[in-house]
Amino acid sequence: MATQAAETPTSTPDAVVVRFAGDSGDGMQLTGGQFTLSTALAGNDLATFPDFPAEIRAPQGTLFGVSAFQINFGSREISTAGDAPDVLVAMNPAGLKVNLDALKPGGLIIIDTGEFTKRNLDKAKYDVNPLEDDSLAKWDVLAFDISALTIEAVKPFGLGNKDALRSKNMWTLGLALWMFDRDRAPIEEWLKNKFKSKPEIADANIAALNAGHAYGETAELAGPIKQMNIAAIESEPGLYRTITGAEAVSLGLVAGAQLAELPMFFGGYPITPASAILHHLARLKEFGVTTFQAEDEIAAICSAIGASYAGQLGVTSSSGPGIALKGEAMGLAIMTELPLVIVNSQRGGPSTGLPTKTEQSDLYQAIYGRNGDAPLPVVSCSSPGDAFETAIEAVRIATTYMTPVMLLTDGYIANAAEPWKVPDPDTFEPFPAKFLEEKNGEELLPYKRDAKGARPWIKPGTPDLMHRIGGIEKAVDTGHIDYAPDNHQAMTDARVNKVLGVEVPDQEIAAGEAGGKLAVVGWGSTYGPIRRAVDNARKKGLDVSHIHVRHIWPLPANLGELLKSYDKVLVPEMNTGQFKTVLRDQFLVDAQPLTKTSGQPFTITELDTAIEGALA
Amino acid sequence: MNEMTKIETTLKDWETDQEVRWCPGCGDYAILKAVQRTLPQLGADPSNTCFISGIGCSSRFPYYMETYGFHTIHGRAPAVATGVKLANPDLDIWLVTGDGDGLSIGGNHMMHVLRRNVNMQIMLFNNEIYGLTKGQSSPTSREGTKSPSTPIGSYDHPVNPCAFALGSGARFIGRGFDVSKNLPDVLKAAHAHQGAAFIEIFQNCIVYNKDVFNDFAAPKGAGDRQLWLKHGEPMLFGDPKTGFDKGITLDRSTLTLKVVDATEENWEEAGVLVHDQTDRNLAHMLIEMPFGPFPMALGVLYDDPRPTFETAVIEERAKSAAGKEANLAKLLAKGQTWTVEANEGHPTD
Repeated sequence: MATQAAETPTSTPDAVVVRFAGDSGDGMQLTGGQFTLSTALAGNDLATFPDFPAEIRAPQGTLFGVSAFQINFGSREISTAGDAPDVLVAMNPAGLKVNLDALKPGGLIIIDTGEFTKRNLDKAKYDVNPLEDDSLAKWDVLAFDISALTIEAVKPFGLGNKDALRSKNMWTLGLALWMFDRDRAPIEEWLKNKFKSKPEIADANIAALNAGHAYGETAELAGPIKQMNIAAIESEPGLYRTITGAEAVSLGLVAGAQLAELPMFFGGYPITPASAILHHLARLKEFGVTTFQAEDEIAAICSAIGASYAGQLGVTSSSGPGIALKGEAMGLAIMTELPLVIVNSQRGGPSTGLPTKTEQSDLYQAIYGRNGDAPLPVVSCSSPGDAFETAIEAVRIATTYMTPVMLLTDGYIANAAEPWKVPDPDTFEPFPAKFLEEKNGEELLPYKRDAKGARPWIKPGTPDLMHRIGGIEKAVDTGHIDYAPDNHQAMTDARVNKVLGVEVPDQEIAAGEAGGKLAVVGWGSTYGPIRRAVDNARKKGLDVSHIHVRHIWPLPANLGELLKSYDKVLVPEMNTGQFKTVLRDQFLVDAQPLTKTSGQPFTITELDTAIEGALA
Repeated sequence: MNEMTKIETTLKDWETDQEVRWCPGCGDYAILKAVQRTLPQLGADPSNTCFISGIGCSSRFPYYMETYGFHTIHGRAPAVATGVKLANPDLDIWLVTGDGDGLSIGGNHMMHVLRRNVNMQIMLFNNEIYGLTKGQSSPTSREGTKSPSTPIGSYDHPVNPCAFALGSGARFIGRGFDVSKNLPDVLKAAHAHQGAAFIEIFQNCIVYNKDVFNDFAAPKGAGDRQLWLKHGEPMLFGDPKTGFDKGITLDRSTLTLKVVDATEENWEEAGVLVHDQTDRNLAHMLIEMPFGPFPMALGVLYDDPRPTFETAVIEERAKSAAGKEANLAKLLAKGQTWTVEANEGHPTD
């Protein structure tokens, strides 16, 4: 980008990718988050990708301790965090080494030479200082001692060297804000608020921010970097904010509970990357939310089932390994036909796998992963903003059909931020939950189904509706224990048909049209890269459409016919081909897999290549 | 339990139309009757009562109670019950579990429901065996118990349920046995206690572990082998026909309990201890008192209430929500926002 700008000084690019990389103690996620905010406020579209180690304080300076935050922003629609950065900010040698390969040729590297000491070079396994050989020749390098400049900038505040260096990230942010002509005021406001009780720390950070900004101006005069202004994107009019997937899921659950007119009970257990939902909801008690940090994953779901039984909206949330632990309890919720929302923030597996990296490999677990014939509806969200609507949809299905519902999100969506047009709650369709208040027959029939196949919801404490439920097979209508062969057949059928009968909107086409040479079918967080790649291909005149499925189970009724209207179906997934198998099984279509399990999202280039390959 | 309006009921009102499916002669029948007899005496309301259980013979209990009932999954009843209680703190909850359900697969949940002090009565039927899975040794089986899974005798050390409960932070610990006429009194005390009330009920499994408690539960000689504790009364025991002739005292040189000869007349001189149910140290000694040299301590061993979990949750919720408005539109628009005006974008193509 720097070279681009230098070569064609009159034009600015329509999108730029910046990656901040440093030690996990360097505050890269904070820097990225604040840069994101300023970018959103400047009216750019954007997408982010925080990429951090599983270790809280990984040994300083090591390769595995590198924490990075990538943002793609522009004056056009942005659908992914970007394949390759134009700008890499490397706060230490390890940050440089880990991220260098991704950088675009000709891109700009900003380096803090203060951290390129013998000790840090050794830790990053550099035999030779890359600043002193020609290994960085194909990039523009802006190397200077950010550490020393920061110490200098915060000197008036009397901090020790160690504390002073903590402001390094703000110094760097100041420089980045200058590069893209951003307003510093919102960041200053945020710093003042964050360090309310320690105003001297706030002042030091603001001084560092201003010093970084001033340095940009000076450096521009000297030549190596240019300021550029990425124009705002033309967006639908309205009120906007940035939102992460974890926030959006939490807000969607709160909105869903309000639409169902129910208090919400959230039972959770700490696990990456799902904990953020527990943290968000814990601060929303005024919305009738109870949060309960249980002793384990099983207790988390069981307490939520107990709350649903008692008449609240039970919600639990976890990630792959925790979801596995909840499996038996999900069966109980299926058997007792109680509403429940289970949020699965997927991560790399199996076992502990890659706690902080993203994957979509829990699809089988979501659809099939329980003992017995244990069907439950599964919905998936495709972006942080989409997570809000999907969470409401999960609550609607759970309470309307008296069933547990799994909401699939993933580590990428949970942590990524995007601009979000704030919806107006008055436009939401309410779906108030109903409770049985008196006997629904001569005797009470707790398992008498309505037209949708749902049984009545009966709160304990309701006068004279005493009854017993449990995990043992229930007799049709009465719900008494019943092991009879015909009864088990009838109840199995009833459970399966209830879920298959969940009303699901017809599948829409995200880009392109019905029929043609190729459909690229995705679900979940692959939306962004697929959308961009399909757009690219269509601009080149290729006959390809993008279909993105939210309702994973049951699938939309028209999906089979829709898929059969294309010559080829390509299913990109961050797993070994799970949705591909489901589509083949359900529709007998020759769906072809495109799989990736590196813990990283698809790049647009990977999908461009696959689309061109499929059409060759 | 909770403060409640008393309701007039009879034993019959608490019986369901379901056929009871325990083995003939099982101790569970006696416990069921004791509970059904106790609830009318408490003035309890069937509509407001909820029995929650795990898996095992004991856990079939809810099906036979004409109340709300939830037969959950193995070991998890405390977690389900915690959710029920938090969602509706007014419900009167009875948890039914066994030695396998409550102390093996569900030991973790048992610990947490006790330390959190969720307001409910927890009845642990201890028969020292896995009954429903056909007789394997359990975490309370005595060393040497022969079973299909331990054909030459079990060799792992058993857990003492009441010691586990005390260690977990329980504030009420009661003990009784299936056919004891005193069991309803223990249940009533548990019900009166605000908080998690743990009751170990020795229960005779006549098929897989028959008469294993006969040493102290058999009527013959019971007076010498059972120490029924009463708050504020001396710890005396012995044949009731001939009068108490022994008591429990503290050996001050070893800080352990000791059996001494004593009667209702001379117990004070004999140094017999007076039961103080709020004394945790005393409760610990009574729980650990080895049967054989000592009688089996029964009744209310410990009862010292402290604030319940659901009260704390409600208070925290109110504190956290104080002064905040539940306005969804405002919540969605929280944080730093910006407005895009119509026709004022900046396309750059």
